[in-house]
Amino acid sequence: MVPLSHYLIVSAILFFIGVLGVLLRRNVIVVFMSIEIMLNAVNLSLIGFDRFLNQHDGQVFSFMVMAVAAAEVSVGLAIIISIFRKKPTINLDEFNIMKW
Amino acid sequence: MIAAPDIDLVSLAPVLTLSAFGFAVLIWDLFIGKDKTQLIYISLLGLFLTAVTAFSKSNLPVYSFTNSYVVDNLSVFCVIIFTLSSGLAILLSANYNPEKGIEIGEYYCLILFCTVGMIVLSSAVDLILIFLGIEVVSISLYVLAGIRRDDLKSNEAALKYFLLGAFASGFLLYGMSLIYGFTGTTNLKGIMAAISAMDGKDNSFLVLGCILFIVGFGFKVAAAPFHMWSPDVYQGAPSPITAFMAVGPKAASLVAMFRVFHTGIGGLDGSWEMPLAVVAVASMTLGNLGAIMQTNIKRLLAYSSISHVGYLLMAVIAKNSLASSSLLFYMLTYTFMVFGVFGIIIILGKKGDENLEIEGYCGLSNKYPLLALAMAMFMLSLGGLPPLAGFVAKFYVFSAVLKEGHTILVTIAVLNSVISFYYYLKIIVNMYFKDANQEFQPNFQPLTLLVVIIALVGILDLGIFPGPIISLAENASLF
Repeated sequence: MVPLSHYLIVSAILFFIGVLGVLLRRNVIVVFMSIEIMLNAVNLSLIGFDRFLNQHDGQVFSFMVMAVAAAEVSVGLAIIISIFRKKPTINLDEFNIMKW
Repeated sequence: MIAAPDIDLVSLAPVLTLSAFGFAVLIWDLFIGKDKTQLIYISLLGLFLTAVTAFSKSNLPVYSFTNSYVVDNLSVFCVIIFTLSSGLAILLSANYNPEKGIEIGEYYCLILFCTVGMIVLSSAVDLILIFLGIEVVSISLYVLAGIRRDDLKSNEAALKYFLLGAFASGFLLYGMSLIYGFTGTTNLKGIMAAISAMDGKDNSFLVLGCILFIVGFGFKVAAAPFHMWSPDVYQGAPSPITAFMAVGPKAASLVAMFRVFHTGIGGLDGSWEMPLAVVAVASMTLGNLGAIMQTNIKRLLAYSSISHVGYLLMAVIAKNSLASSSLLFYMLTYTFMVFGVFGIIIILGKKGDENLEIEGYCGLSNKYPLLALAMAMFMLSLGGLPPLAGFVAKFYVFSAVLKEGHTILVTIAVLNSVISFYYYLKIIVNMYFKDANQEFQPNFQPLTLLVVIIALVGILDLGIFPGPIISLAENASLF
């Protein structure tokens, strides 16, 4: 059986890839994908814990995370499309009418 | 056989009522034309009924849904604050929206759904439910911030809010998953029991979970150093929405924080108190220093709200019966102050130009002395001058923190309130001692004026006769 620590290490690595992607990349879509990687890293650790603890709370939690992530994706893409119509770019640095 | 879980719909009455009205608004929107005035009254009725149904449970606290949802005096008080703030936001929108071309029925429905999320968040005692509440609130707010699709600023605000909000959710979730994994439960009471049973064992992962929790919640309530989104979002969002998100969602997140930090991971207080205190001090200081340099009034209020979050976080740190009641009292007075200021900002907005620069307030007292007086009172109350409500609220929070012996924290907070007078007084000086550099075209709409009057009455009443509300808030204390 794969021990818990393996799941946690993979999940931590994925989470950091996501965080670095959000902080370093300037393409809106890639930043968005990095956020999804972070959420999936959380899902992985939840499922890992769930299996280790032999419970069901973690699975339920991860389903909730997926449902919310889906809602978030739809709203996020809608926002990106609506801003793209006014200003055809996906580079985050160009959204600077207001200073960050 | 799996036993069916007990379902107590009565304790969910406010949530159900408000959701029903949210859907009603959505459907009714299809049958009316371009004029959305009817939706305003349906929403207000819904909020009123929600406030009434909040009292449908007796013998509080009542736990339901396998101990994940609680109705106690704290959550009832919160429902009142949330319905009040959402009602004021809808009243402010009533005249603002047609003027700015926001003829969208979903606007009102989203405000109602956001309020549903806040109610869930303030009653949740389970990590899953806390997460769901936060996301319902956040997703509604992302859309509301960007509801002016023709306005690039509003779009940009929505994008920034969305990216940073989702980023913060990731941290919050990772913290939740660590806490779940190392305590074996998502229920706050269960977490508390598991932590106290652990004593002596290595809990560094739990501490990491707490830190991630502070980061995630810090983003959601716009506490420094996680505040960088808030000035932009405040500036870009429509004014009623800015007022709305300055109050309700923050109050809900703070109450959830209070529950998590005191019932959930309360046993680890040695490890989260210090980081939270650092965040509180950073919020107060950076908020006030940032506000000094602003020339746009909405950005100024954003920084001022960052510093107010700093004061409120102090109340989260204090662990006594005064703390939660002072938190509630502060949030109630903050509601009145913010909505009053934004009411005046909307009144002074012109066609096509919202007139948001502080320079635009020069000489207001000559032309419209009453408006200037009201604005001055809100500013002084935000700063915390007696006998206005802001003073009582601050005094109350500070004494709760002092009771715990955090003298340094209170000293920094008092110094910060003194600094904050600089920028609040700057606006008053502009209104009273400078000559007008432009024509005022105030737009005295009855509903907007009503908001300002309610807010004025609120800050005077809570400032001069705080007794009844304080005793209600003390009744709602968690301990």
